[in-house]
Amino acid sequence: MSEDRSNLFHRGEEFLSILKRGAEFTKELLQENERLRRQMLEIESEQHTAVQNPDDWSKLRVELLGRIASLEAENHSFREQLLDVEEENRRFADRYVEIEEENNNLANLYVASYQLHSTLDLDEVLKIVIEIVINLIGAEAFAVYLIDGRDEVLQVVAAEGVEDGQIPACRLGSGTLGKAVTSAETTCWGTTRSDDFTRPIVVIPLQIQKRPIGAIAIFSLLQQKDGFSALDHELFNLLGGHAATAIFAARLYSQSERKLSTIQGFLDLLAQ
Amino acid sequence: MERRRILIVEDSPTMRQLLVFALRRLKDVEIVEAQDGMDGLRKVSSDHFDLALIDINMPVMDGLKLISLMRGEDSLKSIPIVVITTEGAKEDRERALNLGADEYLTKPIQANRVLAVARSLLKLD
Repeated sequence: MSEDRSNLFHRGEEFLSILKRGAEFTKELLQENERLRRQMLEIESEQHTAVQNPDDWSKLRVELLGRIASLEAENHSFREQLLDVEEENRRFADRYVEIEEENNNLANLYVASYQLHSTLDLDEVLKIVIEIVINLIGAEAFAVYLIDGRDEVLQVVAAEGVEDGQIPACRLGSGTLGKAVTSAETTCWGTTRSDDFTRPIVVIPLQIQKRPIGAIAIFSLLQQKDGFSALDHELFNLLGGHAATAIFAARLYSQSERKLSTIQGFLDLLAQ
Repeated sequence: MERRRILIVEDSPTMRQLLVFALRRLKDVEIVEAQDGMDGLRKVSSDHFDLALIDINMPVMDGLKLISLMRGEDSLKSIPIVVITTEGAKEDRERALNLGADEYLTKPIQANRVLAVARSLLKLD
């Protein structure tokens, strides 16, 4: 019995303790509630004061408008800078394309020049001239003429795309070809085909120190080629000078070889 | 990156030099030259190549014959082939493409076009 009372008393103590803690917690909640209410009143009061004070609003508004204007100006400036950068980028891209084209053109000119001066054999030089005119210029039918020194006649020494004997020889100063060679200027008639072998579409005089030694005459272009580019005109100029020099040097070398062989023959005879 | 090997089969030394000039601008490539179809076949059969540029009109063995031989050989049939030729007719193009060429470029060549085609076939982009 006394044990039951003791348990009951103990449980009563526990219950009281829970009630005390609940009361403390409720008290804390009420205090917190009171504190928040005070804060809310303070804020409402501040708001009320701010609304009531038009100077502060106006000041704030001016300040904000100023900041907006400054940001808009900054934005505008960035947009302009972006446009400038884009424009510059476009210019660089265009320039890159131009430089690449120039680079390719220079490679063509270098290769043509390098090949022309790579040999002292006249047949080889003529073969290289033909290769350049076909592969680099894109001609289908053309002929290389050299002047026979004695009677100033342009004789065909190599041709491509035409039958042997189809192209007549030509005297300097007469006919389309002869006059073009005498003029010492590359002549381009602006067409892409001529079936008349006395009327080429392009004549490139071959000359050394203004003295004509021959010519290249083009009669038609490859079917995929519909005109002449700036590079073609550069190649005409290059051929006019470098092909002439290469042909002249090869001829001189051939003559000197023959003379050397003759002299050697005499010396051998004398030695016997 | 693995070094790519390109074979140029062209009888004109001028064209070969021009093609070498253009292709040298690609990174990590080795360029080998052959002066006719037979020389090309010998080189392509004895070594590995990732791309072949082949002219049509050549002495000893022409480019079309070389292409058909390459396409008939198991070890060579997957090598991409670019034809570079003076022949601009539609039927010439079709003949080469039907034989197994991957691209057909006509002379006079544009170095940029050759580079673009080579880059694409070598999957360098």
